[in-house]
Amino acid sequence: MRFTKDHEWVEMEGDIATVGITAYAAEQLGDVVFVELPAPGASLKAGAEMAVVESVKAASDVYAPLSGEVTLANADLSDNPQSVNDAPENGGWLVKIKIADPAEVEALMDRDAYEAHLRSL
Amino acid sequence: MRYLPLTAADRTDMLGMIGAASIETLFADVPAAARLEGLIDLPRQASEAAVERRLSALAGRNRAAGAGPFFLGAGAYRHHVPASVDHLIQRSEFLTSYTPYQPEIAQGTLQVLFEFQTQVATLLGLPVANASMYDGSTACAEAVMMAARVTKRRKAVLSGGVHPHYAASTHTLAHAAGVKTQRLVAAIDDEAAVIGAIDAETACVVVQTPNVFGTVTDVSAIAQAAHAAGALLIVVTTEAVSLGLLKSPGDMGADIAVAEGQSIGNALNFGGPYVGLFACREALARQMPGRLCGETLDAEGRRGFVLTLSTREQHIRRDKATSNICTNSGLCALAFSIHMSLLGGEGLRTLARINHARAQATRDALAAVPGVEMLTSRFFNEFAVRLPRPAAPVVEALARRDVLAGVPVSRLDPGAGLDDVLLVCATETTLPGDIDALASALAEELRPT
Repeated sequence: MRFTKDHEWVEMEGDIATVGITAYAAEQLGDVVFVELPAPGASLKAGAEMAVVESVKAASDVYAPLSGEVTLANADLSDNPQSVNDAPENGGWLVKIKIADPAEVEALMDRDAYEAHLRSL
Repeated sequence: MRYLPLTAADRTDMLGMIGAASIETLFADVPAAARLEGLIDLPRQASEAAVERRLSALAGRNRAAGAGPFFLGAGAYRHHVPASVDHLIQRSEFLTSYTPYQPEIAQGTLQVLFEFQTQVATLLGLPVANASMYDGSTACAEAVMMAARVTKRRKAVLSGGVHPHYAASTHTLAHAAGVKTQRLVAAIDDEAAVIGAIDAETACVVVQTPNVFGTVTDVSAIAQAAHAAGALLIVVTTEAVSLGLLKSPGDMGADIAVAEGQSIGNALNFGGPYVGLFACREALARQMPGRLCGETLDAEGRRGFVLTLSTREQHIRRDKATSNICTNSGLCALAFSIHMSLLGGEGLRTLARINHARAQATRDALAAVPGVEMLTSRFFNEFAVRLPRPAAPVVEALARRDVLAGVPVSRLDPGAGLDDVLLVCATETTLPGDIDALASALAEELRPT
């Protein structure tokens, strides 16, 4: 699993990246009540706004960690947005992206680097 | 709270902080024509009694709407407001309460807003309504910007029947948000013309019924055409009482409906404060502007009310808020809700029927005046007539006979080439004698000499 400094995670399977927000981000947001996701087919540019996660106290943009095309959005979140809190790095995933540039994956942080990043905040 | 004016030192500090050399340089971008040079020409001092006498004399030159025959409409409607409405809105719990951020101390205000939203949703025929906007025209602008967010398109097409002030407000607010507005040529009965202007960039079409010329239109076919092209339909209504008789915007396929609510519970108020009604389809609720009140249960399972979906609003979402207007016309909305409650569904229908009947009687009386041509074939309580000469001077001449005959289109839309067109409105406050006075004064004024 790879991470961004904006608290997104990426899990690769072939050229498909599953993307979500980290446990740290989910805890900071509090109870998630709504998730706005891009439609399958949408093309994403790394670093651009991709989704919005709304909690009872804030609405936060989620940035695309990688460039590519959305192949699937987690439809379960429309009825169960709290999955983002219950299992942020598992069932609470947001989208799957067919990535355009594998080199972008290499540039992301590994878990040790991300945890060091969290300690620095 | 004391009012403490700035000292010269305060001003200098503030100018220094923002890097302006003087007040003059700060206002350099304001055109000279719009600036006041020197002091207003007023006496330096006068006694309170003298000021009171002078101002009373000036006020006495006004002609109150209710003082005689009055046929003005065009977005601001004179209706009877029961005395109980004024009495109730002046209760201090309502009159002095601020925005209900703390539900534990604001259940009364919140419940009123919830009931208001229910009434608006019912009238407009759409499931979600907000707690009100400033007025109908800003509600229209907000609807256009909302449609742009929903469709991710940047163009709005407004029919030639949309009130010119609504079109102007919409342009003013939407162009700054990067949304282009295209207003079609003024047309008495052609809301469907918007269909021909829809292209791949069109976020929404905006139509009005009854439109500014009074024409009532079933916009269902326009809804279908808009949806087929991936655009939304916004329906505008400036006369809320018409919704007591006419098919609701939601029933005709509107995605967003906006209306001016002044007609119900609110006086003319010199053009404002008014109250904008705003409702939409449920799927669009998260893109809605403004404040939303919801019903919930408290920790002990009792029914209660809270502000909801607040993450759309600017105090939480900052620059990404759905609107930078997150206040509402609370007191006007309260007056609307009280009057609606007093009327009930049947009362509103009866009120609407009386309005239509008075307008028909006015139309019949004017149709008998030589030289007057009827232009509006399907109307509610307002219609357009063509006079044999420019309408504005005729209105001035009739005002000197103490008859306020209507609104000349040239006042609303000077460039439309409709200087001979007059908008005439009748409501339940129009008496048979008023109609006779209008018809005879107009006949005399238009009589060839």
